[in-house]
Amino acid sequence: MSAAATNNRNLELIGFALIALLIMVVLPLALDIFRLNLIGKYLTYAFVAVGLVLCWGYTGILSLGQGVFFGLGGYCMAMFLKLEASSAANTKIQSTPGIPDFMDWNQLTELPFFWVPFNSLPFALIAVIVVPAVVAFILGAAMFKRRVGGVYFAIITQALAAVMTILIIGRQGYTGGINGITDLRTLLGWDIRTDGAKYILYFVCCILLLGSMLLARFVLSSKLGRILVAIRDKEDRVRFSGYSVGDFKIFIFCLASAIAAVGGAMFTLQVGFMSPSFVGIVPSIEMVIFAAVGGRHSLVGAVIGTLLVNWAKTAFSESFPELWLFAMGGLFIAVALAFPRGLAGIFTDQVLPYIEKLWSRNRRGQDGVVVPNPAPAE
Amino acid sequence: MVMGYSLGELSSIFAMQAFAGLILFSVFLLMALGLAIIFGQMGVINMAHGEFMILGAYMTYLTSHGFQTYLPGAYAIYFFVAMAIAFIASGAIGLAVEWLLIRHLYVRPLDTLLATWGLSLIMQQAFRSIFGAREVGVQLPDWMMGALSVTDVIEVQINGLFVMALTLIITGIVALLLFRSTWGLQVRAVVTNRTMSGAVGIDTRRIDRLTFGLGCGIAGIAGSAFTMIGSTGPTAGQLYIVDTFLVVVFGGAQSLLGTVASALTISQSQSTLEFFLSGSMAKVLTLLIVIGLLMLRPQGLFALKVRR
Amino acid sequence: MANSTDFLLALEGVTVSFDGFKAVNDLNLYIDKGELRVIIGPNGAGKTTVLDLICGRTKVSSGSIKFKDQEITGLKEHDIVKRGIGRKFQTPSIYEDLTVFENLEISLPRGRNVVGALLWNRTPEIVERVREVTEMIFLADHLDRLAETLSHGQKQWLEIGMLLIQDPEVLMLDEPVAGMSVSERAKTAELLNKIIQNRSVVVIEHDMKFVESIAHRVTVLHQGKVLAEGNMDAIQADPKVKEVYLGH
Repeated sequence: MSAAATNNRNLELIGFALIALLIMVVLPLALDIFRLNLIGKYLTYAFVAVGLVLCWGYTGILSLGQGVFFGLGGYCMAMFLKLEASSAANTKIQSTPGIPDFMDWNQLTELPFFWVPFNSLPFALIAVIVVPAVVAFILGAAMFKRRVGGVYFAIITQALAAVMTILIIGRQGYTGGINGITDLRTLLGWDIRTDGAKYILYFVCCILLLGSMLLARFVLSSKLGRILVAIRDKEDRVRFSGYSVGDFKIFIFCLASAIAAVGGAMFTLQVGFMSPSFVGIVPSIEMVIFAAVGGRHSLVGAVIGTLLVNWAKTAFSESFPELWLFAMGGLFIAVALAFPRGLAGIFTDQVLPYIEKLWSRNRRGQDGVVVPNPAPAE
Repeated sequence: MVMGYSLGELSSIFAMQAFAGLILFSVFLLMALGLAIIFGQMGVINMAHGEFMILGAYMTYLTSHGFQTYLPGAYAIYFFVAMAIAFIASGAIGLAVEWLLIRHLYVRPLDTLLATWGLSLIMQQAFRSIFGAREVGVQLPDWMMGALSVTDVIEVQINGLFVMALTLIITGIVALLLFRSTWGLQVRAVVTNRTMSGAVGIDTRRIDRLTFGLGCGIAGIAGSAFTMIGSTGPTAGQLYIVDTFLVVVFGGAQSLLGTVASALTISQSQSTLEFFLSGSMAKVLTLLIVIGLLMLRPQGLFALKVRR
Repeated sequence: MANSTDFLLALEGVTVSFDGFKAVNDLNLYIDKGELRVIIGPNGAGKTTVLDLICGRTKVSSGSIKFKDQEITGLKEHDIVKRGIGRKFQTPSIYEDLTVFENLEISLPRGRNVVGALLWNRTPEIVERVREVTEMIFLADHLDRLAETLSHGQKQWLEIGMLLIQDPEVLMLDEPVAGMSVSERAKTAELLNKIIQNRSVVVIEHDMKFVESIAHRVTVLHQGKVLAEGNMDAIQADPKVKEVYLGH
C-alpha cells in the first residue's frame, strides 16, 4: 500500500493504543470511583459514537435515532436485573408479589408475556444485541430497499425516537414509564452497587468498547469499508458496479445499532437504571455531536469527542448551567460550519504536518524525503 | 348502539373530534408551510423552525403587554399588529441566519440539520434567559372568547375558528406568492434547475435568502396564532417539530397541495384515533402509519415524476 | 421482423413517460453480438434515457427489453450489471475518495455481497489484474493516487477501466470523449478500439469526427423514436436526418 495509507494505519493504531492506555490505566489510577463511574457512563455513549462513525461518517447515513438502540439494549439488560430484584421475598409487601414494583403500582397482576423470557440471563444478553439489530434491520430494509436516504432517513429515525419515548412513557405499566426501570441491585446475586463491582464493570465496559473499535476497524479496512465510502460518495455508481447498495446499508446500520445497544446495556449495569430520557430525540442527536466533535471519520476521534463533550457538559452544568446550552449549540454550529472533520481532522490537517516538519528538520541530511500532505483522516 | 353511545351522540362526538382535528390541522399547516417552502426550495430541513415559531409567540406576548399598558382601548386589534411584528422579527432573524449559516452548507444538507439544531438550542436558552422558564400566555381580546353553539352538544370555540380562518388566508397568500409573483416564478425556476436559473440571470443566492426569511417569517406568524389556543414556553417549539417534519416529508417536497393534504391526513387521523385510544397511543399509531406510508411512497404524496 | 433470439439485446415497443411527456416512444432497437452501435440525435431525443432504461435506472412504462432472450425490465440495477451489462455515465462517475487501485478493485466482478466484501482477500492475482487494466488506461503510474486528484480526461479513462475490469458483454458509453482535449480524444479512440473486442458496445456521442472514427452502425433518435438507422454514409446522406439536425 501507499506510504500515506500505511502512515494512516499506523496513526490509527497509535491512537487506539493511547485510548486504551488512557481509559484502562491512567483514568483508573487518577480518579476516585465516583468520577471513574462517571467516565464509565460517558464511555457507554462512545459505543453509539463508534456506531455513528460507521454509518454516518463512512456510509453517509445520518441516524437521529441511535438513542432508540442504546435504549433497547439498556432496557433488555434492565428487564433482567429488575426481575432479579423483584423476587417474591423482596416484594412481599406488594399486592402481587414477585412482579416489578411499577407493575404493581399500575394494577398489573401478572408478568406481561414479553417480560417472562427475561428471567434468563443468557436470553437477556442475546436480546441486548438481537432486539436492536432486528429493529434496525426492519427499519433499514424498509428504508434502504426503497432508497430512502439523506435528510428523509434522518427525519424518520428522529420520528422513531419520538415514537419510542412516547410508547415507553405511555405504557408505564409495562415499561416503568417516565421514571424508567430503577432500583436494580444484583446480577446473579452479585451486588452491582458496590465500589468493587463498579470497578469491574468499568473495565468490562472498556474492554467491550475497545473490542467494538477493533471490530469496526476490521470492517472498515476490508473491501466492505471501501464500498461504504463509495456508497457515501456515489451511491448510484455502486449499483452499476454490481452491488446491492441496500444490503450494505442495512448491514452497517444493524452493526452500528448493535454496538450502540451494547453501550446501552453497559449503561444500565454501571448506572443502575434505564429511563426514556436516554432514548428520545435530544439524547439521540447529542450522541451525533459526540461523534462529530471527535471526527466523524475517526473511531478514536469519536471516543475522544464523547469524553470531551461529556466532561465539558458536566463541568459547565456544575458551574454555569445556563451557559451549557449556548456552548452546546455553538458546538453544533462550529462543527457543521468550520470543522466538519472534527478534532481528528484538526489533528491530521494542522498538528500532524507541524510534527512532521519538526521531524524532517531534525532528520534533514539523512534523507531528503518529505512526506507529502497527509491523506484524509481515517 | 356502539360502545354504549347512541348514533346521535356518536356523530356529535365525531363532529367535535373533527373540529379538534381541524384546529390541529391549522397548527400543523401553519408550522409546516414555512418549513415546506424552505425544504422544497433548498432541500434544507430547518431544525430551529419551532424556535422561530416560539419567537413569534413571544413577540405576540410582548405586543399584547404593550397594548395593555399603553393602548388598552385598541386591544381588540392588537393581534393583527402582533402578527406583523412576529413576521418581521422571525423573518429578519431568518435572513441573518441564512446569511451567517445556511448558505455555507447548501452542499451538505445533513450538516445543516446539525447546525440548525445547534441554533435551536441557542434560541431556547435565549428565550429562557430573557422570558424565564415559565410558560406565558396572552389575554385574548373579548371578541375572540366564547363559543358558538351549533347544536346542543356541538360547540365551536371562536379562537379556534379564528386560527382556522387565519390558516386559510395565509395558505392562500403563500399560494398566490408562489404561483403569481415574480419571486414565486423564480423560486420555481430555481427548484427545477438551479444552474440554468443562475444562467438566465436569476440571483439564486438572493432567492434562497428571501425564501429562508419568508419561511421563518411564516413560522413567526404561526407562533403568533399559536398564542390564541395555547401558552408559550422556551421549549414549546420542540413539541410539534417532529409532527411538522413528517407533514412536510409526507406531503412531498415542492408541493404546496401535498403539504395541505398531508397536514389534513395526519391531524385528522390523530384526533380521530385519540377518541379510541389514549392520546399517546394515538400519536404513536399516527407516526407509525406515516412512517409506513413513507416507505411505500418515499417521494411523498404529491411528488412530480421527473427524469433524474 | 427478425426472431429476437438472434440478438444480444432487443428493445421492443419501449415507451417511457414522465408526467405525460413521452421521452421514449414505442422504440425498437436491436443490438447484435460483437456490434458497435452509435446512437446520435439532437438534444432531448431520448438518447440517455434509452441507456437509463436498459440498465434499469429508469423503469419502462411499457414494452420489453430482452438481454440474451431474457426479459430484464423490472430487474434491479445491480442484477442487470451481474448479467453482463456495463454502463459509463456522461460525467465521469468514479469514487473520488478512493485511490485508483481501490476504484478498480471494487469494480472486479467478485465478492459482491456483504459477506464476500467483508472477507475479501487482495490476492496477487487481483493486484496483477488491476495493474494490467491500469496499463491499458494510461494510469499505471497513478495507482495510489486519490481519484479526486486526477484530471478530467484521466477520470474518464478510470471509469472506462472500471467497466473494463467488470468485463461486461454489453458496454454502454454515454459521451466518452466529452470535455477531452484533442490528444486525449485520440488516446480514448485508441482505448475504445482496444476494448470493444469480443463485446457489444453502444455509444452515445455528439462529436461526429469521433463517431466516424469508430462507428460501424448508427441509429438516429428523434423525439424518442428511431428516425434512421444504417451505416455512417447512408445516415449522412439521409434528408430526414439533415432536417432534424438543421432544425425547421
